[in-house]
Amino acid sequence: MSTVLKTVNLVKIYQDGAIPVPAVRGVDLQVEPGEFVAIMGPSGSGKSTLVHMLGGLDARTSGEIWLDGKRVDTLSESAWALLRRKKVGFVFQFFNLVANMTVGDNVELPALLAGVSPKVARERRESLLGALDLTDRADAAPAQLSGGEQQRVALARALANEPSLLLADEPTGNLDSRNTRDVLRLLGEVHKKGQTIVMVTHDARVAALADRVVSLFDGEIADDGRIARRRTRTAGEVIDLR
Amino acid sequence: MRLHLLALLAKEPAHGYELKQALEQTFGSAYPSPNIGQIYVTLGRLEKDGLVRAVGVEQSNRPNKKVYYLTAKGREHLTTWVDEPTEGPRVRDEFFMKLVLAPLTGIADRMALINRQRRHYLSLMSDLNDLLDRTSPTDRVAILLIEGAMLHLQADLDWLERCQEDLA
Ligand SMILES: Nc1ncnc2c1ncn2[C@@H]1O[C@H](COP(=O)(O)OP(=O)(O)OP(=O)(O)O)[C@@H](O)[C@H]1O
Ligand SMILES: [Mg+2]
Repeated sequence: MSTVLKTVNLVKIYQDGAIPVPAVRGVDLQVEPGEFVAIMGPSGSGKSTLVHMLGGLDARTSGEIWLDGKRVDTLSESAWALLRRKKVGFVFQFFNLVANMTVGDNVELPALLAGVSPKVARERRESLLGALDLTDRADAAPAQLSGGEQQRVALARALANEPSLLLADEPTGNLDSRNTRDVLRLLGEVHKKGQTIVMVTHDARVAALADRVVSLFDGEIADDGRIARRRTRTAGEVIDLR
Repeated sequence: MRLHLLALLAKEPAHGYELKQALEQTFGSAYPSPNIGQIYVTLGRLEKDGLVRAVGVEQSNRPNKKVYYLTAKGREHLTTWVDEPTEGPRVRDEFFMKLVLAPLTGIADRMALINRQRRHYLSLMSDLNDLLDRTSPTDRVAILLIEGAMLHLQADLDWLERCQEDLA
């Protein structure tokens, strides 16, 4: 099968301030179908900038981005919008929910936009809200939700059109450990279904679900490798009770 | 292990193998199973210190087994332990030492060490994810122990990131 996502010497320099800020400095990344890639790195290392470019939400300064074998960094905004509707789901670090729509409609809309029948869109809405323990909140407005709840709605929304590529920026940043477990379970299922996932995360539990971890540092890839399964059988390797 | 055994004996007298089983039941599959030899050695020391005493119980067609019970001194010792504040975790961190001294050796650069260590922590974390999946939600002590291990690993990773920012 062919590569889902590829970047060639991708660069982003923010020029809006007095001094230009090089946020991403020559990233070569290749993601295969069905792969789950976690992106880690210190604050300011360029993680959000990178995934925004991958989702067409931020223009690159130079370099190339290829999606399913097609060059996309040269696409117009409307062509990107179409692409996102069809095959890319995006979870923003700061949610970006539609404020004047209910939680349920926020989740249902992307499925409708992707062209699935109202019946299927409703089914997906219900199953996603259920999986993330949000069923009770379906009729609320986003502003009435806690940060962790909004975060889960953002994830549900990104998955509603069953994107072949899920791009997510810190999708568990505001969650407690029980909610993180729900999200982990859902991501595990999505991964098993063969959807490709590229996810920025500080949460080691989430990163450990991935097949591969890419570490950014100062806008460059400092490390890129698979996570070995060691088969530790107990927690005793980490905590020594005395 | 001394205090674990005293605590179990405070509940009821028991022989060595029963103590092993009780420890396993309490901590669940999330914690390494205690070694029976070590339990007997520890019981021997506790007996010598007067914290427990043993009585032989006759068994048909087997050697006598020893049932241990807590002495008054043992109970006092246990109470003191429970009542006093517990020292915080003392991290035994060999990695940090390596990281600080590495440039002196000329063998590896810090970035390479940090990257390797990150992968190591993540693979441990991935095992803990699996372990958590396999652990029944009713096994609450085991679940909490695994979650504790995960939180510690997360702290290790955060520390690693700080080291990367300032040292690499
Ligand atoms: N719109 C912008 N204009 C100017 N500089 C920006 C802009 N967005 C980000 N930057 C800068 O680019 C660099 C990378 O930012 P980015 O948001 O990608 O980091 P990050 O790795 O996602 O950090 P965090 O973990 O804090 O979310 C930072 O130095 C940041 O200040
Ligand atoms: Mg960010």
